[in-house]
Amino acid sequence: MALLTCDNLSFGYEGKALIRPLSFSVNAGDYLCIVGENGSGKTTLMRTLLGLQPPIGGKVLLDDGLRRTEIGYLPQQTRVQRDFPASVREIVLSGCQGRLGKRPFYGEEEKRRADEAMEKLGVAPLARRCYRELSGGQQQRVLLARALCATEKLLLLDEPVAGLDPMATEEMYRLIEGLNKEGTTLIMISHDMHYALGHASHILQIGSDWFYGRKADYLRSAMGRNYLRGGREGR
Amino acid sequence: MDKLILYLQYPIARYALIVGVLIALCSSLFGVTLVLKRFSFIGDGLSHVAFGALAVASVLRLSNGMLFVLPVTVLCAVLLLRAGQNAKIKGDAAIAMLSVGALAIGYLLMNLFSTSSNLSGDVCSTLFGSYSILTLDKTDVWLCVVLSLLVVAAFILFYNRIFAVTFDEDFTRAVGLSAGAYNLMIAVIVAVIIVLAMNLVGSLLISALVIFPALSAMRLFKSFRAVTVCAAVLSVVCAAAGILISIVTETPVGSTVVAVDIAAFGLFCLIGKLKKA
Repeated sequence: MALLTCDNLSFGYEGKALIRPLSFSVNAGDYLCIVGENGSGKTTLMRTLLGLQPPIGGKVLLDDGLRRTEIGYLPQQTRVQRDFPASVREIVLSGCQGRLGKRPFYGEEEKRRADEAMEKLGVAPLARRCYRELSGGQQQRVLLARALCATEKLLLLDEPVAGLDPMATEEMYRLIEGLNKEGTTLIMISHDMHYALGHASHILQIGSDWFYGRKADYLRSAMGRNYLRGGREGR
Repeated sequence: MDKLILYLQYPIARYALIVGVLIALCSSLFGVTLVLKRFSFIGDGLSHVAFGALAVASVLRLSNGMLFVLPVTVLCAVLLLRAGQNAKIKGDAAIAMLSVGALAIGYLLMNLFSTSSNLSGDVCSTLFGSYSILTLDKTDVWLCVVLSLLVVAAFILFYNRIFAVTFDEDFTRAVGLSAGAYNLMIAVIVAVIIVLAMNLVGSLLISALVIFPALSAMRLFKSFRAVTVCAAVLSVVCAAAGILISIVTETPVGSTVVAVDIAAFGLFCLIGKLKKA
């Protein structure tokens, strides 16, 4: 069953679509990597999927059982966040904001969720530390824990390993794959085609044209073969 | 000291102290959010708008200026926030335009239509606060107390949401909540605070009341809650100290309070440096 479906979706800024309309659907348990060159619109696509900006044409459809509040998001870090005075626990707990409904304060249920998410991502010992004093890898794990507080169903990750050193990158990938194995559906933007081909179940490449399909199909496609030959995508 | 005790025997001096402390409390609470959201300049812009509105109110000879100034400032807060979000119109330019425009028009109107014999005195007290807030009448005090309590209540009730939109607006919107509504609420409350604070420190010095306690607290504390609590306590202490000092030394209230805030900021910076070393 498709969790999220794009029906002839075109996206971009100020009424200008970046590429021809996209149609694809993501099923429960999928691990979709969105790849493409810088400036090809990966982040714009993700923001459109999340409803942060309106599509230029077409639709993003969510499965009936999936509410907007059940989508987790790991954005790229902003400058504001890098010097924000907040403890790790405060940030992770803010992932539960969609669960508050009309209540003003977090209850036991949300606090337990936050503790579990911190435990799962190995940031529980940092709970009282200040976010801005953490390493890049630790910060990303905190933000992933926050996304996990929102949902275990569907996570959208925007370059979760950007700027991390090789050790932290490997750790982050390991945690992300662990989530997918436990049943979380993932849509991840990645720069690392090598990694995407190694671990994702589906590939969406965007650029001057787009391809969507299973990894095996991608490798057989014209775009995939072109990429593997080391050439740039067919222009 | 005798002078202080003498003054505090007058109810009007006690009113001034109560109002001052409440205003300081309100402005510091939202200061943390404004500083972190890079909204400090909105506070500054709005204070100029409030000056312009007050000038219009005095030209129209309204009996209670606050009732005119408050809605106008709130309206401008909403407009400025919209402008800030619209990438096409540069937010900072819009704010500069509105605030300088309001300042100029306000002064012009006061000059053209003022019946007061002491025009420059009037202008000076609107810009830098009355020479003493001992001129507050009872309606002002009550209005101020009620609005302050509303602001504090709103802050506590929406504390978690305010934290969320301050830290990461996109995430809030991505999980299906309306960040726009919370931003709007913050802007409206800030407008209320600014109109309140005009009584105490005047329109040019309001930003100091909003920004200094938050920045001081951020030198020392590491969680949002601790920063907020510290900013509130610090702001209240500084305001009380500033008002008492100004009574004794007969200095203008607004600038004395701000001077105490600046001194506290210096102290916190120093402690922060020492802690790190």
